[in-house]
Amino acid sequence: MNAGMVTAAYIVAAILFILSLAGLSKQESARRGNLCGIAGMTIAIIATILSRDVTNYGVLMIMMLIGGGIGAYLASRVEMTQMPELVAILHSFVGLAAVLVGFASYLDPDLALQGAEHTIHNVEVYLGILIGALTFTGSVIAWGKLNGKIGSAPLMLPNRHLLNLGIGVACLILLFVFLGAGKGFGTFLLVIMTLLAFAFGVHMVMAIGGADMPVVISMLNSYSGWAAAATGFMLSNDLLIITGALVGSSGAILSYIMCRAMNRKFLSVIAGGFGTTDASAAAAGDVEQGEVVPTTADELALQLQDAQSVVIVPGYGMAVAHAQHPVSELTKQLRANGVDVRFAIHPVAGRMPGHMNVLLAEANVPYDIVLEMDEINDDLADTDIVIVIGANDTVNPSALDDPNSPIAGMPVLEVWKAGQVIVSKRGMSTGYAGVDNPLFFHENTRMLFGDAKDSVNDILKAL
Amino acid sequence: MESLFAFYVVMLAAFAGYEVISRVPTVLHTPLMSGSNFIHGIVVVGAMVVLGQAESTLQLVAGFLAVMMAAANAVGGYIVTERMLEMFRANVDEDEEYSQDS
Repeated sequence: MNAGMVTAAYIVAAILFILSLAGLSKQESARRGNLCGIAGMTIAIIATILSRDVTNYGVLMIMMLIGGGIGAYLASRVEMTQMPELVAILHSFVGLAAVLVGFASYLDPDLALQGAEHTIHNVEVYLGILIGALTFTGSVIAWGKLNGKIGSAPLMLPNRHLLNLGIGVACLILLFVFLGAGKGFGTFLLVIMTLLAFAFGVHMVMAIGGADMPVVISMLNSYSGWAAAATGFMLSNDLLIITGALVGSSGAILSYIMCRAMNRKFLSVIAGGFGTTDASAAAAGDVEQGEVVPTTADELALQLQDAQSVVIVPGYGMAVAHAQHPVSELTKQLRANGVDVRFAIHPVAGRMPGHMNVLLAEANVPYDIVLEMDEINDDLADTDIVIVIGANDTVNPSALDDPNSPIAGMPVLEVWKAGQVIVSKRGMSTGYAGVDNPLFFHENTRMLFGDAKDSVNDILKAL
Repeated sequence: MESLFAFYVVMLAAFAGYEVISRVPTVLHTPLMSGSNFIHGIVVVGAMVVLGQAESTLQLVAGFLAVMMAAANAVGGYIVTERMLEMFRANVDEDEEYSQDS
C-alpha cells in the first residue's frame, strides 16, 4: 500500500474516532459510537500493517495477540466497582508504550535528520518520553491508591513544592544538554530524565488525597492522550496526533468538571495535600454536636410504606458493600407500591466521573430516575424520605454553612431539607475527605447502622 | 514546515474534542473515559512503525513491549466500554416493561 492510501485510511480512522466520541452524547447512539471506534481502529491497524513501514509480521501478530489477550482478560473480568482501577492501569500502559516508542524512535539509525529538523525531532522525543513516563508512574500509583494497596492519605514530604520545582528545572536543563549531545550520551540523558519523570509521577499522585481521585483519573486520562499525541509528533503520524489531542482535551474537560463540582482549583488539587487539613481536626475537637438517633430496618420499612416520594443518595460506600442490587430491588418494590423513587447523584460520587451511573445501570436501575445534583436539589425539600447509602462528604451541610470546613463551598446535595433523612452507614467514621459531618446529628436524621447490603436486605424483608 | 503543520492538526483536533466531549452527559462519563482509553490504544500504530524500523535488539524489545501494551489498551478499553453500554441498553428494554406493567 503506498503512502497516499495509508494517509487516506488514517483520515477515515480519525473521522471514525471523532464519531465514536460524538456517539456518547446520547445513550441511544453510544453503542453505535463504539462500533465506529472499532471500525476506525481496524482500518488504521490494517493500513499500518500493509504500509511499507511495517515488517516483522510474525512477531508483531504474536505481541498483539498477547497484549490483546491481557486487555481482554482484564476487561471482561473487572467488576464495575473496580472500573477506576482498570482505567488507571490502562492509562499506565499507554504511558509506558509512549516511553518505549520514544526510545525506539531516538535509537533509530535510519532517521538521518539534519539541522533544525533534527533538533525538533529530539525535542519531540524528549517531551513524549517525559509525558509518557509521568503518566505511567502516576497511573500506577493511582491504581494502587484506588484498590487500597497504597494508603489513600496524601503523602506530605517536606518542601514538596520545591522538590517538584527542582525536578521540573532539572528536566529543562537536561533538555538543553540533551539537544547538544551525541547519540550515546543522549541516550544516557534520556534515561536520567525518564527516571526523574518516573519519580515526579509517583510524587505527584502520592501527594493527592483519596477524595480528589476523580480529578486525578481524569487528569491522567488527559496526560495519556498528550503522550499519544507526542508519539504522533515524533513519528510524524497525523492519526496519532489527532487521536491524542482528542483524548487529551477529553480528559482536560472532565478534570475541569470534577474540579468545579468540588469547588476546587485544578492547581490546588494537583499541588496535593487535601484531606489532612488541620482545620477540621481543630474545629471538630470541642464542639458538642448533639445526639445521634439510631433507627432500625423495621421502623424504616413502615415509614417507607407511608411515603409518597423517596430519594436515594448513593455513594461509593454502596459500591463497596455491593448493595446496589438490593437497592435496585428495593426501588422496584417501592415503585410497584406507587412510591415515587428517584436517585440523586453527586458529580463526584464514586471514584471516577459517572461511576455511580454505571453501578446503578449494572444493577438494572432505569436511568431516567437517576438524576444529577442540579436536577434534583430543588426537589429535596418536598421529598418525604431521603436514604443516604454510603455517601458522606457529598451530603455534608458544613460545605455550605461552615466557611472553615475543608470542603467549604463545594456544592452538595441538600438532603437535610427533606422530611426525614436516613443515613445507612457502618459507623461514625468520617468520609474519604476526612471531614466531620453535622448531618448525622441533625434533628430529622436517623442513623441506620450496619453494612449497607444487610441493611437494605433487612428493609426488603420487613416490607 | 511539516512540524508547524502538525500544530495546526493538534489545535483543530483539540477543538473538535472540546466540542464533541462537552456534549457528553454526566451519565456517560465513565464510558467516555474507557472509550477514550480504547481509542488512544491507537498508539499501537506508532509502536508497529517503530518495531518495523527496529534494527538493534534494544529497539526490538522496546517495540515489542510497546505493541503489547498498546494492544492491551485497545482491546481492554473496547471490551469494557461495550460491557458498560450493554448495561445501559438493557435498562432501556426493562424500562419499557416497567411501563407496560403499570
